[in-house]
Amino acid sequence: MSTFALLAVTGLGLGALYFMVASGLSLILGLMRVLNLAHGAFLTVAAYAAWSVIQMIPDQTGWLAMVVAIVVGIVAGGLFATLTEMILIRPLYRREIGQVLVTVGLWLATVSLIHGIFGADQKIIALPTALTETTAILGAAIPNARLIIIAFAVVLYLLLYFFLKRTRYGLIIRAGVENRAMVSALGIDVQRAFTLVFTIGGMAAGLGGVLTGANFGEIDPYRGTAMFISAIIVVVMGGMGSITGSAVAAVVVGLMQQFLNYYATGVGDFAVVILLAVVLLVRPGGFGGATT
Amino acid sequence: MSDRRTLLELRDVDVYIGESHILQSVSFAVREGGITGLLGRNGVGKTTTLRGILGLVPRKGSITLAGEEISRLPTHEVVRLGIGYVPEDRDVFAGLTVSENLRLAERPGSELRYDLVYDLFPELRERAQQRAGTLSGGQQQMVSLARALLNSGNKILLIDEPTKGLSPLYTRNVAEALRRAAEVATILLVEQNLSVAHKLVKDVIVLDQGRVVYSGDIDDLMGDPELARRHLGLATAGSH
Repeated sequence: MSTFALLAVTGLGLGALYFMVASGLSLILGLMRVLNLAHGAFLTVAAYAAWSVIQMIPDQTGWLAMVVAIVVGIVAGGLFATLTEMILIRPLYRREIGQVLVTVGLWLATVSLIHGIFGADQKIIALPTALTETTAILGAAIPNARLIIIAFAVVLYLLLYFFLKRTRYGLIIRAGVENRAMVSALGIDVQRAFTLVFTIGGMAAGLGGVLTGANFGEIDPYRGTAMFISAIIVVVMGGMGSITGSAVAAVVVGLMQQFLNYYATGVGDFAVVILLAVVLLVRPGGFGGATT
Repeated sequence: MSDRRTLLELRDVDVYIGESHILQSVSFAVREGGITGLLGRNGVGKTTTLRGILGLVPRKGSITLAGEEISRLPTHEVVRLGIGYVPEDRDVFAGLTVSENLRLAERPGSELRYDLVYDLFPELRERAQQRAGTLSGGQQQMVSLARALLNSGNKILLIDEPTKGLSPLYTRNVAEALRRAAEVATILLVEQNLSVAHKLVKDVIVLDQGRVVYSGDIDDLMGDPELARRHLGLATAGSH
């Protein structure tokens, strides 16, 4: 039972991280039809920005360092994403090949730049003592950091859900996912919504970057790429533009990877790809269809 | 035609979609008040004309609304100058409720005509919390018309085949709604149902192969069998 509980919480923690990356990616793809291949770079830049700032804090295992890291990560991710949209993506709307090329270029250049500045070695992320301790759940010793990560993902989901359901910009984004041209034809500046979606996506990825570091205890220049690949699977499985779909898919992918890799060594990732193929055959729009 | 002032004017407007030259030097004027019909056979460029006015397709030439040049403005700025649009396929947001569809159409600074909308389409009030994608075609058309009518700042409504695919009952309802709408805004109406068009429209512009081939009074067009046959493909003409 304790093994089951440990695998379940670890899988949920992984799913929580996937959701943080996938939620923004899904909105960007759903609303803007932009496959942002540089999304993993948002995560990497945010994680390194946070790490750099907390080096200046004397007590790196204090709560202050953790809070600062999260705030810096969110701001850095949001800022990097906003600038990416304004400078690189905006001139290329409706030019899909150009978008793919520029986002691939940004992704590769960012990873190389981070590698060049910080080196390939992992940077250790120190956590507050309370987060390195464990809590017993069904006989399993669950690291508190993992529970915090899951809690953050739940809060992020609720915030995004509230934003999409209850605010005018959320309404515009949901409508834009369905029919961008008609939103413009109602006199709404969809461009502004595009920028906002990129910013939100970058902030969520930034949070994911810091918490990925907390989850694994370290960051490296390539973690963003690995997370991005899983996030793409989550987005396609969950349905483009669907936050709830992404949340469900992230949990499914995280749990499948954990359980299958434990009970049938190494087949977890393969099984996720098979599941993706099945979902696309049975329900091409993904779990969540077109909207939330 | 009367001496009403010109509200919307197109001068030498061209639209290319891919390699196709869809609109070829189209020029016409829509006078303020009432309903102006934009007629023609299928595929002659009527829908493209409306989309060109809105900037939903790239266009060249001059388009003015109340004297202001709008041909270089993006769609949302064109619309904010006072244009309501009812597209051919209604294009309601299927995943949003009726109420959300209407809220989306609300324009800051514009007086909202919910009273008129619910007076014309009381069913929308009853179905406010229903997802628009679950409505019938006629009900979706009500939502689409209501979105265009909602803002009092709309000087002109571009309405594309509002009775297409509707039952006779909904066709009558929509025709009545258009008559009422014409009391508060000018309408440029694309309509394939000539019986409906003849009852609503006074001024008419006819397109053929992307060019304006007739502009004038609908009675003169429908009353002349040769003109009606040539421009609209009618075997006989003159029926109301």
